[in-house]
Amino acid sequence: MIPGEFDYHSPQTLAEAISLLVEHGDEAKILAGGQSLIPAMRFRLALPGTLIDINRIDGLSYLREENGHLLIGAMTRESALEESDIVQSKYHLLADAAAVIADPLVRNLATVGGNIAHSDPANDHPAVMLAYGATVMAAGPNGTRRIAIDDFFTDLFENSLEENEILTEIRIPTPAAGTGGAYLKLERKVGDYAISAAAVQLTMSGGTCTAARIGLTNVSPVPMRAKNAEQALVGQTLTDDVIEAAGQAAAAECDPSQDLRGSVAYKRDLTRVMVKRTIRKAMERAN
Amino acid sequence: MSKHSITISVNGTDHSAEVDSRLLLVHFIRENLDLTGTHIGCDTTSCGACTVLINGRAVKSCTMFAVQANGAEVDTVEGMAEGGQLHPLQEGFWEKHGLQCGYCTPGMLMSAKHLLSKNPNPTEDEIRWGISGNLCRCTGYNKIVEAIQYAAEKLQQEEVAA
Ligand SMILES: Cc1cc2nc3c(=O)[nH]c(=O)nc-3n(C[C@H](O)[C@H](O)[C@H](O)COP(=O)(O)OP(=O)(O)OC[C@H]3O[C@@H](n4cnc5c(N)ncnc54)[C@H](O)[C@@H]3O)c2cc1C
Ligand code: FES
Ligand code: FES
Repeated sequence: MIPGEFDYHSPQTLAEAISLLVEHGDEAKILAGGQSLIPAMRFRLALPGTLIDINRIDGLSYLREENGHLLIGAMTRESALEESDIVQSKYHLLADAAAVIADPLVRNLATVGGNIAHSDPANDHPAVMLAYGATVMAAGPNGTRRIAIDDFFTDLFENSLEENEILTEIRIPTPAAGTGGAYLKLERKVGDYAISAAAVQLTMSGGTCTAARIGLTNVSPVPMRAKNAEQALVGQTLTDDVIEAAGQAAAAECDPSQDLRGSVAYKRDLTRVMVKRTIRKAMERAN
Repeated sequence: MSKHSITISVNGTDHSAEVDSRLLLVHFIRENLDLTGTHIGCDTTSCGACTVLINGRAVKSCTMFAVQANGAEVDTVEGMAEGGQLHPLQEGFWEKHGLQCGYCTPGMLMSAKHLLSKNPNPTEDEIRWGISGNLCRCTGYNKIVEAIQYAAEKLQQEEVAA
């Protein structure tokens, strides 16, 4: 299928891209990896009048550690996460997720910034970034601002970026000693979105869980943290009973809808199972 | 709708054209250049029949606009054989019966080419992983995996000989 008509721009600098956004307003869309936007345009679900391709702007694709954070440039491809020694050795939750997003061909183009900016609860990075407590950097005509990930996702496909802002970077806190993370996803086949998936980041101290953040994928209209499940863990020794209680809390607080991937009851119970398994894997890595 | 003058190197030859912004790369390759080895198997970015290499990396050419590839080096299945000699991957598909209807084959070959460029000696699991963006409705994949193993061995022998 052929997308609708649009004007195409490929600015060389961020400043140029922002002024194009200001000029074209809600007519315009940013084109990053194109792996969500182009399929949507081919189905005419998206009909932007103007595309601003940010692939030719230098300096938006990088992975580096600085001041206790991993900085991820918005245009970093998913495949770069898979190929990065820093990510593979220290950011296990991110590495787990990068391997199960779409398929290898899509991952060669799809970007981390696009995955978050798209704000689809079916996408895997929102839950990952919620579990990490990441920070999003946004550049607009009035400069750059930081947005805590907890304030980023506002509705289905909606986020707190202004119409004239570009997501430029994601910052993940470097895991402290005793911290472990994991991402587990159940999908029908390679390249499919999750039936349910859990992102868990835990800090353990002397057998007690001192901090926990849990994000869930594709079981709510807006990417969500399982805060009741987190609370079930913090301050506790993670016995089978405690982990079961966290799983049950997540099953109760998620809000899935019925579709081809399953019924509401199935998805809730699966979320319980995924949360439990992911907590166990994160615990192993924390020790 | 904007029009753009683009130049794309396809299999080592520069091609210039004036294209509509919405022209997909796969249509440019098949219709403007008449290189119909690159297939279209779906409308949903799911099948990988349209896989080409862009600057050495395998991507789905149905999910990229031609204008985005301006200045890039694109490799399609037509560029694989050199001087009438099949590429070891093509030879592997021949020897190991890596195809039945052949619809998925050009995409499989391009994904395998990228895989072997990153990882010349992949395990069976790594091969299955590497082609997991390419669907085949005929073979059940086992023969494709064997074909890629054949090519990996042959390419390594050639390397040693050289
Ligand atoms: C077959 C298939 C399977 C997939 N499976 C999965 C999966 O399992 N899990 C998963 O997480 N994803 C999956 N995806 C989606 C894929 O990861 C997308 O690439 C991702 O959702 C968007 O990233 P992108 O770089 O392609 O963004 P684009 O498609 O270019 O853009 C997406 C949206 O974000 C906006 N945008 C992009 N970048 C910025 C920016 N820097 N600042 C502001 N706005 C921006 C665009 O305007 C657009 O509205 C799949 C895609 C396909 C085709
Ligand atoms: S034609 Fe199916 S993925 Fe491109
Ligand atoms: S050989 Fe027929 S689809 Fe693969």
